[in-house]
Amino acid sequence: MSAPLLSIEGVTAYYGAIAALKGVDVTVDEGEIVTLIGANGAGKSTLMMTIFGAPQARDGRIVFDGRDITRVPTHDIARMKLAQSPEGRRVFPRMTVLENLQMGAAVTSYAHYDEDLERMFAIFPRLKERASQRGGTLSGGEQQMLAIARALMSRPRLLLLDEPSLGLAPLIVKQIFSVIRELNRTEGLTVFLVEQNAYHALKLAHRGYVMVNGRITLSGGGRELLEREEVRAAYLEGGRH
Amino acid sequence: MEYFLQQLINGVTLGSIYGLIAIGYTMVYGIIGMINFAHGDVFMVGAFLALIVYLALVAIGITFVPLALLIVLLVAMALTALYGWTVERIAYRPLRGSFRLAPLISAIGMSIFLQNFVQQAQGARVKPLQPVAPGGFQFGAADGFVVNVSYVQLMIVGATIAIMTGFTLLVTKTSLGRAQRACEQDRKMAALLGVDVDRTISLTFVMGAALASVAGLMYLLYYGVIDFYIGFVAGVKAFTAAVLGGIGSLPGAMLGGLLIGLIETFWSAYFSVEYKDVAAFSILAIVLIFLPSGLLGRPEVEKV
Repeated sequence: MSAPLLSIEGVTAYYGAIAALKGVDVTVDEGEIVTLIGANGAGKSTLMMTIFGAPQARDGRIVFDGRDITRVPTHDIARMKLAQSPEGRRVFPRMTVLENLQMGAAVTSYAHYDEDLERMFAIFPRLKERASQRGGTLSGGEQQMLAIARALMSRPRLLLLDEPSLGLAPLIVKQIFSVIRELNRTEGLTVFLVEQNAYHALKLAHRGYVMVNGRITLSGGGRELLEREEVRAAYLEGGRH
Repeated sequence: MEYFLQQLINGVTLGSIYGLIAIGYTMVYGIIGMINFAHGDVFMVGAFLALIVYLALVAIGITFVPLALLIVLLVAMALTALYGWTVERIAYRPLRGSFRLAPLISAIGMSIFLQNFVQQAQGARVKPLQPVAPGGFQFGAADGFVVNVSYVQLMIVGATIAIMTGFTLLVTKTSLGRAQRACEQDRKMAALLGVDVDRTISLTFVMGAALASVAGLMYLLYYGVIDFYIGFVAGVKAFTAAVLGGIGSLPGAMLGGLLIGLIETFWSAYFSVEYKDVAAFSILAIVLIFLPSGLLGRPEVEKV
């Protein structure tokens, strides 16, 4: 078996004196969709940002594509074909949709810009309609599509998605998840997905991890976790299926 | 009517100078949310560098005025930009992430340092420059009152329009300008997209300082005398202009500069020279009462 595309080994991270991650081990193989589920405040988003060195891990190490990136500055990590659609979407509010997408393409030096732009507009036709509108005026769902498209414009080898379903209508969530599945199936896009919406995430993912209080407490195949009693009790109460 | 026209021309000239300085305030505020109190003094340093370079050129025999001015402009821009870069590097960057007032205090310290440095190095007395491009165009001589447009005024207004156009294109159309605006709107996200935030902030200071040095050269040509203290007065005015136009907004800084220049000139022409600053600041106060974010500034609250 080849080395994983991303491997997180014993990582700890702190906000001031408070430990947000207390020794986390996660691996993501090429071509996989891996999900990390857990309650609010468990440290999921912190892990996503720690992969990007903001904050940097205090202990342990993070290896991406064979390179140790634990101490690499955030912007240099972004240039290694690792992209993130972060928590809260963080679309640039006073830039147009087009400019937001251009920001995503900057790390490729706009090498495949026209082609990629067409592709994004094909995947998310709404963005094409809104191309000259400012990011801040989009609806939540449109902003989420834009955040994902912006990340994809960099042609990432690994896409980090932080709570793409947050605050969105169920129909839009379904749409976004099916886009992720399609990209993974047809182009082999590797995805590391953080979600509170455990049911959808585990159904989508090949493998999953459960995080509680800055530690991984469970891991396994997506379907397998979905059947586990402790997962059902904690995250799927009032189950949606 | 001729008198009015004359004042209009004078006001636009002065406003151009203020506008160029105001851009430096507004850009730095936009990107790191800090008022760079040393910016006025960077402008002053720019004026001194322009004078020194010009005298050096004359000394080595380059007296063809357009060529000399072009060289002065480029060299002064480059050297002043270096000052801007250095100020950011030693006085502000180490304080990034510390409490909000720290860089502000550091900026005031930098301002005092630059003033004293120039006072020590160049002396406290005013430095004169013989008119470089005397003369100009005259209109309306027939009916008694003459409107004068000097070559220097034309040069100042023309150069300002050219530079501001180029600058606006740079910020709105290029990858660099986009990176700058991205840092302004969400620094963390910009970094996630591969933007080197520290480098972009440095570049912002460099650009602001370069524009301030252009203003410094214009001030030198227009007034013919400079001293180590001009940065304070012009800095306060340009800062006022930036706030009036809406701090953080580039078109706002240009508009604010123009307005402050016009207000000051017309007030001096029709009322009294002594109260011109009172007039400028009063209008600022009135505008801020009704439009707290300035003329073209955006309100603090926005849809998320």
